Amino acid sequence: MDSPAVEVIDLVKRYGGATAVDGLTLSAARGAVTAILGPNGAGKTSTIEICEGFREADGGTVRVLGLPPSDGSLRARVGVMLQAGGVPPAVRCGEWLRLVSRFYARPLAPDALMARLGLTDHARTPYRRLSGGQQQRLSLAAAVIGRPELVFLDEPTAGLDPQARHACWDLVADLRTAGVGVVLTTHHMDEAERLADHVVIIDRGRVVAEGSPASLTGAERQLRFRARPGLALEELLTALPTGSAAKESPAGHYIIEGQVDPELLATVTAWCAAEGVTADDLSIERRTLEDVFLELTGRELR
Amino acid sequence: MTALDLTPAPGAAPLGRMVAAQAGAEIRAILRNGEQLLLTLIIPVLLLVGFSLAPLVDVGQARRIDFLTPGVLALAIMSTAFTGQAIATGFERRYGVLKRLGATPLSRAGLLLAKTLAVLAVELLQIVVIVGVALALGWRPAGSLLAAVPYLLLGTAAFSGLGLLMAGVLRAEATLAAANLVYLVLLGCGGVVFPLSVFPGGVESVLELLPISALTGGLRAVLMDGEGLALGPLAVLAAWTVVTLGLAARTFRWE
Ligand SMILES: Nc1ncnc2c1ncn2[C@@H]1O[C@H](COP(=O)(O)OP(=O)(O)OP(=O)(O)O)[C@@H](O)[C@H]1O
Ligand SMILES: [Mg+2]
Repeated sequence: MDSPAVEVIDLVKRYGGATAVDGLTLSAARGAVTAILGPNGAGKTSTIEICEGFREADGGTVRVLGLPPSDGSLRARVGVMLQAGGVPPAVRCGEWLRLVSRFYARPLAPDALMARLGLTDHARTPYRRLSGGQQQRLSLAAAVIGRPELVFLDEPTAGLDPQARHACWDLVADLRTAGVGVVLTTHHMDEAERLADHVVIIDRGRVVAEGSPASLTGAERQLRFRARPGLALEELLTALPTGSAAKESPAGHYIIEGQVDPELLATVTAWCAAEGVTADDLSIERRTLEDVFLELTGRELR
Repeated sequence: MTALDLTPAPGAAPLGRMVAAQAGAEIRAILRNGEQLLLTLIIPVLLLVGFSLAPLVDVGQARRIDFLTPGVLALAIMSTAFTGQAIATGFERRYGVLKRLGATPLSRAGLLLAKTLAVLAVELLQIVVIVGVALALGWRPAGSLLAAVPYLLLGTAAFSGLGLLMAGVLRAEATLAAANLVYLVLLGCGGVVFPLSVFPGGVESVLELLPISALTGGLRAVLMDGEGLALGPLAVLAAWTVVTLGLAARTFRWE
């Protein structure tokens, strides 16, 4: 029981000549929520599917619950939600969940799980006629129905409406409370911030940062406001204490970093007044995970 | 909100329960699929009725229904074990179903066992319907239906091997096209409704090596000619089984 839920060391995965995972090392604790973030194509699915035993690594070591991913005994202990598909189009929602439940010794009751995820009204709907979000919820349900000790969820909330997203978050939180380890990938920073004990940011197949959401965003606060684009920030900077930084990102959104105190606030608002600018949505906030993410992975599209 | 006990309680169900559940799902999928039902029941029955009532082909000395019934039984086996299974499995691979099932405690061997059971169950249904219709049309089998069982089973194995071989390497659409094409070709040249003797001698002896010809030949030997056990067709079917299942085991891609 001492081994982590997932341990990945120096993982390498190549497709043809391209290296998708390039010496990646990460560890996910048992009974905790680990979120893997990264731009499209960063290697999240590749990494997760190697842990699930679907793909072969080209290098490195992977242990899941202390075992190699190919170990057959893991199938009963680990729940899996694929990024897409995995259900026959003609099979009905309830039918699929009942089928999957029969593969396990002590499954959750399919009806209760469907009720929990808002699928009861769709129990008799064939998979192909479910909406994208309903299909996602069915895949999520199938991942947890066997009462696993560890689940891998590849983008569990992609395409969910706000209600369904909250239902998914609640389920993940309850899994954690019940002692289930959760490894999930997501593009929603708020989701990672809210759910995860541990966040791993990967880019181009490598880990670029990891830690708790709080440690990643840091204690540093920033002043944000909106105004017309193109203000001359160099001028403002001369008025601010040294060590402060000011940037416009994206256009019309201003961020001032540094010692955020009443004086700095006064300086910024006075400067805005002198420029004849009303600062909208003025707020003092901590850096968000999204700021950290964009800083680390850049703004270029992948 | 419904209380769910999410506390980990992992464990696989007994193999028998997993296989039974999966086999049940496979049977439902086959019976629910309209095109597949056309292939497995409607076409065989139409051929049986049509060709036995109308003197379209010369079947030699025998009564037409006695000649046709074994051929149509063979066709039914081929349609379920080969065509239906190849197409269904090809699309299961394409939709990631085989992959997803691979993440459950149901092993690959268990999945194959379930598929085989489902195929056998559907075949049993086909045989009951076809035999019923044939008897109603005046069929008088020369031997016991039990004598046909080895041919039906080995034919199922050979056609399953061929179907899985195709589904495991080709894209789903290619499998769909190829499986239908092979079905039509084998329907035409495998002695299903025309005796192989309509072909020139050289061609005929090659066609006899096809799995469908071996199956129709074997079934006719026991059901029409009243022979005890014709070993030649069994040997041909056994060879097809070994080669196709062996190749499928090596080449099958689950994803
Ligand atoms: N089966 C495959 N064959 C070839 N290349 C692949 C395959 N799967 C992934 N790749 C490539 O490997 C890289 C990493 O892909 P991966 O799916 O792991 O990314 P990801 O982080 O999950 O992205 P996303 O956020 O878009 O889901 C990408 O450049 C992708 O094109
Ligand atoms: Mg992905």
